Amino acid sequence: MTWYAFLGALEQGCAYGLMVLGVYLTFRILDFPDLTVDGSLPLGAAVSAVAITAGIDPFVSLAIAMAAGFLAGMVTGVLNTKFRILHLLASILTMIALYSINIRVMGRPNMTLLGKGTILDPLYGAGLSPSVAAPLLFGGICLLAAGFLMWFLHTEFGLAMLATGDNKQMITSQGVNTHNVIIIGVGLSNALVALSGAMLCQSQGAADVNMGVGTIVAGLASVIVGETLIGDRSINRAIIAALLGSIIYRLAIALALGLKLGRFSFTPSDLNLITALLVVTALTAPKVRRRLRFR
Amino acid sequence: MKKFAAALAIIAMTALPALAKGYTISFNQIVEHPALDALRKGVQDELAAQGFEVSYNIHVAQGNISTANLIARQILGENPDLVVSIATPTSQACAQVIKKIPIVFAAVSDPVGAGLVPSLEKPGGNITGTTDMSPVDRQVDLIREFLPGLKRLGVIYNSGEANSVSIVKALKQVCDQLGITLEEATIANSAGVYQAAKSLVGRSDAVYIPTDNTVVSAFEAITKVGYESKLPIFAADVDSVGRGAIAALAVDYYQMGRQTGEMAARVLKGADTAGMPVETLREFQIHLNPASAKKMGVEIAEAMLKRADKIVE
Repeated sequence: MTWYAFLGALEQGCAYGLMVLGVYLTFRILDFPDLTVDGSLPLGAAVSAVAITAGIDPFVSLAIAMAAGFLAGMVTGVLNTKFRILHLLASILTMIALYSINIRVMGRPNMTLLGKGTILDPLYGAGLSPSVAAPLLFGGICLLAAGFLMWFLHTEFGLAMLATGDNKQMITSQGVNTHNVIIIGVGLSNALVALSGAMLCQSQGAADVNMGVGTIVAGLASVIVGETLIGDRSINRAIIAALLGSIIYRLAIALALGLKLGRFSFTPSDLNLITALLVVTALTAPKVRRRLRFR
Repeated sequence: MKKFAAALAIIAMTALPALAKGYTISFNQIVEHPALDALRKGVQDELAAQGFEVSYNIHVAQGNISTANLIARQILGENPDLVVSIATPTSQACAQVIKKIPIVFAAVSDPVGAGLVPSLEKPGGNITGTTDMSPVDRQVDLIREFLPGLKRLGVIYNSGEANSVSIVKALKQVCDQLGITLEEATIANSAGVYQAAKSLVGRSDAVYIPTDNTVVSAFEAITKVGYESKLPIFAADVDSVGRGAIAALAVDYYQMGRQTGEMAARVLKGADTAGMPVETLREFQIHLNPASAKKMGVEIAEAMLKRADKIVE
C-alpha cells in the first residue's frame, strides 16, 4: 500500500467513522438493527450537494444534512414505536422510500460537486495538500462527535437510552417513555450517518443515489472489528473502538486493492473476497492467540 | 495498542512496489461486465498495436462507489503516466483526487452533466475521453424501419442510473419531434424488470431498452414478455440481441476501447488533455435477431438483412 492509499483509507475511515458511530448507537446501545442508514447516507450527501450548489456555505450544508438525517431516523422510530412495525421492517421501509426521495432531492440520480466549494477549502487555503487535509479535518470532526457521544451517553437521557436497549420493561416501570427515547435515538444515529454522507460527497466530488449500498454491512463490520481488536469494556472505550474499527475496515480494503503475492495474482474480481477474508482474520486473530496462550 | 501496531506492520510488509517497464497505466473500472471488459481490452490492444510497452494496474471497484474513491487514492500512489477511468462514478472519483496525472475516461454518457469537463469541445483540464452517449435519433429511426406506424414507444430504465436518465431525456426529445408518445417504466432493481415489461404491454407498440446496467442484467425477462405478448423489443447494446432483442444499433465497446486507446496514445506522446475534445464514437454497428423478430411478430426486410453487421442465429 502506498502512502497516498494509506491516507485515502484514513480519510475514508474517518468520513465513514461518523456512520459507524451512528450504527454503534442503534445496534449496540438501543439494540435496534437499523437499515435506514443505507438510505440516510446518500440523503446526507444529496442534501449537502444541493445546498452547496444553491450557494449555501459548505459547513452550513453539513448541519442541514444532519437535520435531514435526523428526520429520516425519526420516521423509522415512529413507524416502530407508534405504528408497532418490527424495527427491521420499519427501517427497510424508510430506506426504500429514501431511494425515491434522494432522487427527488437532487432532481437526478447523480449530482456533481466537482469544481464547487467544499469544507476542505479553508485547509487548502492554509497550504495543506488535499490528501493530508481531508484525513485531518474528517478526523477532527470524528473526535468531536465521539466526545459529544461520550458526554451524551452519560447524561440522564443517554442513560435512559442505555437502559432502553438493555431492558425495556424495567425502564418503562421507572417511568421513562421508551418511545421517545427510541425515536430520538434512531434520529440521532441517522443524523450522524447523514453527516458522514455529506462529508463523503464533498471528498469524492459527487453525490450518487447508489452510494449507500452496503453501508449497514460496512457499519456492522467496523463496529465488530473495533470491539474485537480494541475492546468494549466501557462506553468510552467502545466509542473509540468503533472509530478505529472504521479505519481498520477501510485499511483492509486498501490493502486488498494493492495486494500482489509474487507469481500468484488475484484478479480484480477477488476484491470482495479478499476484504471479507481480511476482516475475518482481524476478528479471529485475538481468539486464536488467546487459545495458544492458554495451552 | 500492540494489536494496532501489529496491523500496521502487516500493512508495511505487503506494500511491495510494482515493477514498471516503459509506461504505466492505471485503470479504475466500476464493475466487471462484458462490455466494459471489452472496452478495457480495446485500449490495451490499441496501445500494443501502436508499439507502446505498457504495464497495467487494473482495479475494479466491484460496483461500490466508496471503493472507486479509494482506488483513486491508490492510483495517486502508483503514480502512473496515465489513468483510464471506465464509467461515470469512477471518473468522478478520479477527477476529484488526481490533478496532475492525465486522465482519459470512457463509457461516460454525459461528461458535462457529470462535471468532468466544462464542455465537450474544450475540456481544459487534465481530463478528457470518449462518451458512449447512445445515438438515440438513429436508434429510433432504426425502430421505425421495422415499424413504420410507430406511435407509442415504451422504455424501461433504472431512475437511479445517471447514464440512463440522460439517455431517456434525449429519447424524449427525439420522440416529441417525431410525434411519438414515450411510455416510461422505471425500476429500482433487476427483480422489477419483468413486471415493468408487462406494464408496457397494451400501452406501447415497441419497447426500447437503453444501456442501463440494471435492466440489461435481466434482459431475458423482457424477451419473455416480448414473446408472450408479441411486443417488439429493441436494444441499445449489441450483446442484448443475442439475448432476444430484435435489433440494436449500438456502440461496439471494443471499438470504443480502440478509440480511447488512440487518445491515450496521443497523451503518452505528449499531447495536452486540455486541448483534446471529448470524442464520440465514429462507427455504430447493427445486429439482428430474425428468430426473435418472428416470435415478436415483426418482419425483417431483405435490405435490412444486407445492412446488418451481424445476424444472430
